[in-house]
Amino acid sequence: MKTIQVIVAFILALSLLLFPSFGFQSDELLVDDEEFGLEGAPQYRSPEPIPTRSPPLTTPTRKRHSDLDSDSKIQFSLDHAFGDSDFSPAGTFSARLKTWSHGGQTLTKLRFSRNSFTDEEKEKFKNLLKSDDFYRIRLPSNVLSPPGRDFIISSVKARCLPREGLDEHFVIHMEGVNVLAVNYGSPGSCSYPRNLKLPTKWSFSSHTVLKNSEQAPRAPIFAEEILGGESGEGEVVQPPERSFWAKYWMYLIPLGLIVMNAITQAMNMPEEQATGQVPAQGQPSAGAVQRGPTSAVRRR
Amino acid sequence: MAIRSFLILFLLFFLSSLHPILSLYEDQVGLMDWHEQYIGKVKQAVFHTHKTGRKRVVVSTEENVIASLDLRHGEIFWRHVLGPTDVIDGIDVALGKYVITLSSGGSVLRAWNLPDGQMVWESTLQGPKHSKSLLLVPTNLKIEKDNVVLVFSYGRLNAVSCTDGEVLWKKDFEAESLEVQQVIQCPSSDLVYIVGFAASSQFEMYQIDASNGELLKHESAAFSGGFLGEVSLVSSETIVALDSTGSILLTISFRNGKISFQQIPISNLVEDSLGPAVIIPSSVTGIFAIKMNAITMFIRVMGEGKLEVVEKTNHETSVSDALPISEGQQAFALIQHAGSEIHLTVKLAHDWDGNLLKESIKMDQQRGLVHRVFINNYIRTDRSYGFRVLIVMEDHSLLLLQQGAIVWSREDGLASIIDVTTSELPVEKDGVSVAKVEHNLFEWLKMLFFFLEGHMLKLKGTLMLASPEDIAAIQSMRLKGSEKSKMTRDHNGFRKLLIALTKAGKLFALHTGDGHIVWSHLLQSLHKSEACQHPIGLNLYQWQVPHHHAMDENPSVLVVSKCGPSSDISGVLSFVDTYTGKELGSLTLVHSIVQVIPLPYTDSTEQRLHLLIDADKHAHLYPKTPEAIDIFQHEFSNIYWYSVEDDNGIIKGHVLKSKCTGEVADEFCFDTRELWSIVFPSESEMIIASVTRKSNEVVHTQSKVIADQDVMYKYISRNLLFVATVAPKASGKIGCVTPEESWLVVYLIDTVTGRILHRVTHHGSQGPVHAVFSENWVVYHYFNLRAHRYEMSVIEIYDQSRADNKDVWKLVLGKHNLTSPISSYSQPEVITKSQSYFFTHSLKAIAVTSTAKGITSKQLLIGTVGDQVLALDKRFLDPRRSVNPTQAEKEEGIIPLTDSLPIIPQSYVTHSLKVEGLRGVITVPAKLESTTLVFAYGVDLFFTQLAPSRTYDSLTEDFSYALLLITIVALVAAIFVTWILSEKKELQEKWR
Repeated sequence: MKTIQVIVAFILALSLLLFPSFGFQSDELLVDDEEFGLEGAPQYRSPEPIPTRSPPLTTPTRKRHSDLDSDSKIQFSLDHAFGDSDFSPAGTFSARLKTWSHGGQTLTKLRFSRNSFTDEEKEKFKNLLKSDDFYRIRLPSNVLSPPGRDFIISSVKARCLPREGLDEHFVIHMEGVNVLAVNYGSPGSCSYPRNLKLPTKWSFSSHTVLKNSEQAPRAPIFAEEILGGESGEGEVVQPPERSFWAKYWMYLIPLGLIVMNAITQAMNMPEEQATGQVPAQGQPSAGAVQRGPTSAVRRR
Repeated sequence: MAIRSFLILFLLFFLSSLHPILSLYEDQVGLMDWHEQYIGKVKQAVFHTHKTGRKRVVVSTEENVIASLDLRHGEIFWRHVLGPTDVIDGIDVALGKYVITLSSGGSVLRAWNLPDGQMVWESTLQGPKHSKSLLLVPTNLKIEKDNVVLVFSYGRLNAVSCTDGEVLWKKDFEAESLEVQQVIQCPSSDLVYIVGFAASSQFEMYQIDASNGELLKHESAAFSGGFLGEVSLVSSETIVALDSTGSILLTISFRNGKISFQQIPISNLVEDSLGPAVIIPSSVTGIFAIKMNAITMFIRVMGEGKLEVVEKTNHETSVSDALPISEGQQAFALIQHAGSEIHLTVKLAHDWDGNLLKESIKMDQQRGLVHRVFINNYIRTDRSYGFRVLIVMEDHSLLLLQQGAIVWSREDGLASIIDVTTSELPVEKDGVSVAKVEHNLFEWLKMLFFFLEGHMLKLKGTLMLASPEDIAAIQSMRLKGSEKSKMTRDHNGFRKLLIALTKAGKLFALHTGDGHIVWSHLLQSLHKSEACQHPIGLNLYQWQVPHHHAMDENPSVLVVSKCGPSSDISGVLSFVDTYTGKELGSLTLVHSIVQVIPLPYTDSTEQRLHLLIDADKHAHLYPKTPEAIDIFQHEFSNIYWYSVEDDNGIIKGHVLKSKCTGEVADEFCFDTRELWSIVFPSESEMIIASVTRKSNEVVHTQSKVIADQDVMYKYISRNLLFVATVAPKASGKIGCVTPEESWLVVYLIDTVTGRILHRVTHHGSQGPVHAVFSENWVVYHYFNLRAHRYEMSVIEIYDQSRADNKDVWKLVLGKHNLTSPISSYSQPEVITKSQSYFFTHSLKAIAVTSTAKGITSKQLLIGTVGDQVLALDKRFLDPRRSVNPTQAEKEEGIIPLTDSLPIIPQSYVTHSLKVEGLRGVITVPAKLESTTLVFAYGVDLFFTQLAPSRTYDSLTEDFSYALLLITIVALVAAIFVTWILSEKKELQEKWR
């Protein structure tokens, strides 16, 4: 327990020390799972990768394993093209290549340095903006032996990039040392009626993210007794009284109506009997009373 | 009070109807569904000669079906569909009671019981090398009182016992590079000849004692010219072959083990040379046929290597194998086309000029040419020989001809459907029913009588007084009497035409009501021609669907095909009217077709614009009209598409660039450029499946209200692609790799920008992957090697950028972004939810129900390995299922979590039927929101209507209108009676 606390403290201290040294023109944004070469290392099998995930400051851990894993620096270039023009160098990615003891290789600590636009390139870019054309970039598909099998190409409508300056966002999908795909675009939204807007500053602010594949969730496995209980529960969906209603409503409602009818009948009966018996006893008088006015009217 | 009680009543009624019941009652079978059984194009037919089996013919087909058919009616007695890899090489009848089949490249030999089709025995044959496989059932050959079957396969001759399938002896021919051509039995002795070619110019002959497999003689002779393809057997010791140039006929005789060649150049027989010849394989003694271009020649072998041309014809001709009739005599059938008729001639093998039979039969032009002929004889009532022939046509149909007429026909082309689309039926016009009114009084009376009788029967049925015969009569009345097979559009949209393209290049229109063929058309563009050698049908698209002009214009479909198997060969388009089946036109294109993209735009005549991508990555616009190009120019920059290169492991996105810059100006051709690419590392990933949403799918709502009154917004994009890749090692069969070496990675990709929205790895899993994509979810099926079970996973994708639109005030005041346009170029904020479940079956196909407005809940339609279609509620594949759902979640309809998906026997939509050789399931929405039409095809066809949430918007077919009417009448009568009574009473009261 103590040792862990010490290590955590050490990590924190080291991270404080390390952070200022990152403040270059390019931002580094390391994605958490890049340290775990799940793809390149199929024999690495962690059923629960989440607890072992940690923020990008994992220098101490690496140092601890430095006798097993080795690091080396590599660089690969980013090319760009304006519309249909040929590709020309636009910047350099540099990263540390980490070789795991089991043979897998992954990239960490990706940094990007962007060449600023020359005047000619600025003109070309302005033309792109005017014609709402594509700004295209490409990366090698293998960082160790560029270009690998083929170049990875990505494009964006040039009008999506300008904000204050030129904002760009790279998401590089890696598979060991292979680049699968790069998602390139602006960090925010870029909805359809794209307006022509020239950037005020001709400098790029770049964000880069490295992504490796995630593990799929496993199919749930239940113990037998839970399964039995579960399926039992699954079958009895409705409470019994509701199903009773659902089954017999057509009998119950007429029954209810009949009962209600009977009750009203029963309530009316004594009254009627009462009222009926009274006239039966004094029939002539009542008849006389009733007939009285009518005959009077008729006579009139 | 009355309203409240009515509400309660209604509620109770509603609750009682909530139980989802999918099964149906016995008397409902056939009301909405139909099932048709087919066998496919017949490859070989064997007539049974024994007395009991005389009415039957056993056939093997190209769909790997073996079937026994009734010769009188063409019905199937029994049938077995072997697997797609179990190709049948030969069939024969042995012992008079067994059907022997050789399949799987000669490795599986089976015997089936002739009367009922039960398998009697099966034996597996192996051998040293791959070779042609031949089956021979010798007559009168016995080894220790055991009848034998001779099988040549894998470079080995096997003698197999007929009774139990045991291999009695075997003889290898591994040392030589022998290409075996024929296994011939000597008629009088126990000798078997095996003839073949070796090293392309060597003729080899082996003589083998059939009783013990001993090699008696081996002779070989070289011929410098080489050999070409097939041989024709003209006697038991003579064959005819062609040299490699196809210009010299070789008569090879090996009488008594001595090989002798006779060479005769074809130019000696006919004056004018007509190019290289091909032998039509047949086995008629003394006569063989060759074909040179369009001319067919029959040549008689005169003995001593002399040949004589007996007939030369330029009509399309087919010839059957020989049929031994009486001692030493053989008959064979010949069919020649002449205009709209076919001429059937039956001749004796030794007597060309005399005809045993000559008939001409009118033949439907839509059946094309005769491809195969099988002859059979019978004894007429006057004790003379009669002949009947079974013919297989170009459209794969099977016909029986006897006494100059077509006795029966089977449309077996429908066993090999490539693609299916649907078309509406014509709108009912006022003038149409005029003819029907002209009934005379007598007919009216008759109809009235029938009507009354029918109602009496129905009444009996309702009162449970009906006898079984009456019930059968009621059932048949229900099946026939309903309006389901009318040829006009109905209010509910249940009646449609299913347009099916078959492998033979024939287009069929099937009525959804009862499955009858409305029209069929053998496409001229898919006919073999000079320009197009091997036409292959590819796909069907809806070309024109008139809505505004529905009364006066007919819909049409586009049939896309190409001229050969390679990708850069030119394509063919044809347009077919779906009401009449007429081919409106066809185009042989100058470019190839790799991809067809139906665009979401139509011109003023409601023809859909289509973009065809060729192998050189040019895009071609169809129809080629100025109007189309106008519309197209308007949307030029908004058209994106993608291509998946399976073998390369690359997915690319494309966009249009400019007009083609070729030497020929073509304003309908466009250059394209590559916008994005995804390159899968070839050492670790291989694409095995890619699926998108159906382009015409309707989504009713973009939000989903979840249990705690929260809202989730579905990420609904038409441009999503699901891709599954596996480790290259694990692309083989299940079990060939360890779980450590195999993984399955699935991707969700935006096809406009090439963005990977979601990527997840299933370790220890492998294909085959079957997937279906609908709305914002994808369900896929794969094998989990660790759990040793199949699994189905679901991924649902939700849009987070709209997630904060929950405030009612925001919605009221319009301060929400729900109506703002969505762009693929915006940074997507999506979250995915996924879950995996075990599933028992392996799959053949998977589809999802689709309804007109997308309101009805969805069901997955799973084509199981048992050739049935299972409906599984999408709710079972909800990623939010948890072990103990809260009360609120239960109310929402979340089912408690289980590890495997349930298979409820009642939810098989095919009931107890099987759709043999199931290949695909398509769903079409009906106009009625609750109902969807399902069509499953394979060797068989099956069609039904499904209502995933029951028919909540209409009364069911068996709703008793009579009861309703009677109730109303009774109520009205009761009202009157009580009114009169109360009036009377009141009057009495007043008179008191």
